[in-house]
Amino acid sequence: MDIFFQQITNGLLLGSIYALVALGYTMVYGILGLINFAHGDIVMVGALVALSVMMALGASLPGVAVLLIAAGAAMVVCVVLGLFVERAAYRPLRRAPRLAPLITAIGVSILIQYSAALIWGKQYISMPELVKPAKIVIGGVQITSTQAFIFVLALSIMAALLWFVKTSRMGRAMRATEQNPDVAGLMGVDTTRVIAFTFALGAAIGAIAGVMVVLYYGQGHYFMGFMLGLKAFTAAVLGGIGNIPGAMLGGMLLGLIESLAAGYIGDITGGLFGSNYRDVFAFLVLVLVLMLRPSGLMGVRSGDRA
Amino acid sequence: MNRRQLMHTAAALAMALALSACGDKAPPAAQKAEAPAAKAPEVQVVKIGVASPTTGAQAHIGIDIRNGVQLAIEDANKAGITIGGKAVRFEMVAEDDEANPTKATTVAQKMVDSKISAMVGHFNSGASIPASKIYADAGIPQISPASTNPDYTLKGYKTTFRVVAHDGQQGPVLARFALNQLKAKTIAVIDDSTAYGQGLADNFEATIKAGGGKIVAREHTTDKDTDFKAILTKIRGRNPDLIMFGGIDPQAGPMVKQMAELGIKAKFIGGDGMQTPNYIKLAGDAAEGTMASIPGLPKEQMPGGAEFLAKFKARFGKDVELFAPMGYDAVMVFIEAMKRAGSWEPAKILPEVGKTNFNGVIGPIAFDEKGDLRNGPITIYVVKGGKWEPLETVTPGAAQAAPAANAADVAKK
Repeated sequence: MDIFFQQITNGLLLGSIYALVALGYTMVYGILGLINFAHGDIVMVGALVALSVMMALGASLPGVAVLLIAAGAAMVVCVVLGLFVERAAYRPLRRAPRLAPLITAIGVSILIQYSAALIWGKQYISMPELVKPAKIVIGGVQITSTQAFIFVLALSIMAALLWFVKTSRMGRAMRATEQNPDVAGLMGVDTTRVIAFTFALGAAIGAIAGVMVVLYYGQGHYFMGFMLGLKAFTAAVLGGIGNIPGAMLGGMLLGLIESLAAGYIGDITGGLFGSNYRDVFAFLVLVLVLMLRPSGLMGVRSGDRA
Repeated sequence: MNRRQLMHTAAALAMALALSACGDKAPPAAQKAEAPAAKAPEVQVVKIGVASPTTGAQAHIGIDIRNGVQLAIEDANKAGITIGGKAVRFEMVAEDDEANPTKATTVAQKMVDSKISAMVGHFNSGASIPASKIYADAGIPQISPASTNPDYTLKGYKTTFRVVAHDGQQGPVLARFALNQLKAKTIAVIDDSTAYGQGLADNFEATIKAGGGKIVAREHTTDKDTDFKAILTKIRGRNPDLIMFGGIDPQAGPMVKQMAELGIKAKFIGGDGMQTPNYIKLAGDAAEGTMASIPGLPKEQMPGGAEFLAKFKARFGKDVELFAPMGYDAVMVFIEAMKRAGSWEPAKILPEVGKTNFNGVIGPIAFDEKGDLRNGPITIYVVKGGKWEPLETVTPGAAQAAPAANAADVAKK
């Protein structure tokens, strides 16, 4: 039973990272109807910027301070990059057919990946150990203090985002733009600004997710955003793309599905499928959701946009 | 091994090395220029080829091999060797294969066209294998100083040899080490689903089963993954004494870290793909006490090691990286074969290369019928104080049984 609970814990931890990245996909989709495939790569840039800062500062400052500076730098770079991508690649195509921005997004994704390969090289970059994590054992389930911190922070960010979208003036403008950009514009909402803000917010949350991935796995790589992005996109679709609580739910569920599939599929199928089929399950979920419930678990209204 | 092991070299470092590579090109050119004037015209010139990546991320390893070959040729020329009653002077034909399989075949063709008698190379298995066809077609004997992929000698060519143990020998060595020295009873095996990783793990598993060990879990991941929590949690439930991983360091590093996070107490062992400094960086403190094997003896422990290291340092002003002794010995194996054959014709020396029985810098060299090194030693390293330290050297053949039995006796007493 220990093992089962440990797998659940692993799944929730992984899921919290997926959920944060999925938010970036879902917010942009909700407002623009655009699947921003470059979002995973923005997360990657955040991770690599944070790694560079960590290595540059090293042990010159207390570990926590280095971590904060690294996260701050990653957020600044990602927000600037997110705004630039929106301005340069997507804004000119706002009135273009739907396929044009989608293909552009894939192009931007590849551009960011290989720019990162030029800047940071193609090797894996490892994180210097900043804070020595303590072990936490709860009834046979082991986690480290770093992982607990990641989980709590992810939940806090999600709660803060929900609160922000629900109560703030900008949040209201975002919801209005999501419902109908033209009418929102007539009501005095500066939709261009709202869209840019959405990209910036998604990129900032993505940057934090990138730092979390670095903390969790202790390494980064120019290609790391690709698979992470696809998984997060799957999570967003699972929860109902365009729906913010849906992305959170989808992320958590996907993490759990992957963890349990990898842990038990070998035994259930008598060794026919091994744990290397983990990713297959993630994408099987994507296919099933698209076939059976295209609007996702929590998406109702956005069905016509899928 | 080679490519995997070195993919982590930072770009900046690579550039610095590439620059130093340019500097290194001077000596062979100078040697060529002075030689004709020094010797009488009736001296026969015998060309020996060497190809390795001397630019790019692996340049330091490639130059190391070329320097080993150059040193051997200089030593041979100093000794004034006669072959078939004729004074000969050896000449090195060096080419850069850029660690690129396509470039390697171009280089191989160039070697054949420049009428070399024998070939030392290449470094990467991915380069040695396609090039081997061209040397085989031309009937030129080829000794790779470093390629460990078993396929290299399995193409059915009579011209391919190597002076390192291959990956197929590593798995069984690791398995016997696990059973006899580590006394592991229950073992979990993970591989990265690549030809290298899965091959290594399969060889390991087969030997463990034959030796009476119990495989409690056999898991697969991929060479792109970094999350092994689910696999490791499952393995934790089986409580093995040892976890073996067939794969390379970008996976091995985080895997060991995640083992520690999950509180897994099992020992950890792998192959040469993870025996890198980068692994230790990726795994952090969790690397301590983990083990990995690599073909060959530690350079300090080679029979001719101390002398060779000093000579190499004096000649090139830097330390041996890895494969220079193998490059040196490959040349010496060829020269010995030429002496026995009384000829420098590739067709005449080829049968003699197969009969080699030579004490080189790396130890005794003899080839089996496939051209693989007989009883090529494999060294197991352990991470101690953040560094790879040699733990034990074993040879894949029967020789292993003796020390193992002794160890068992000691344990009983």
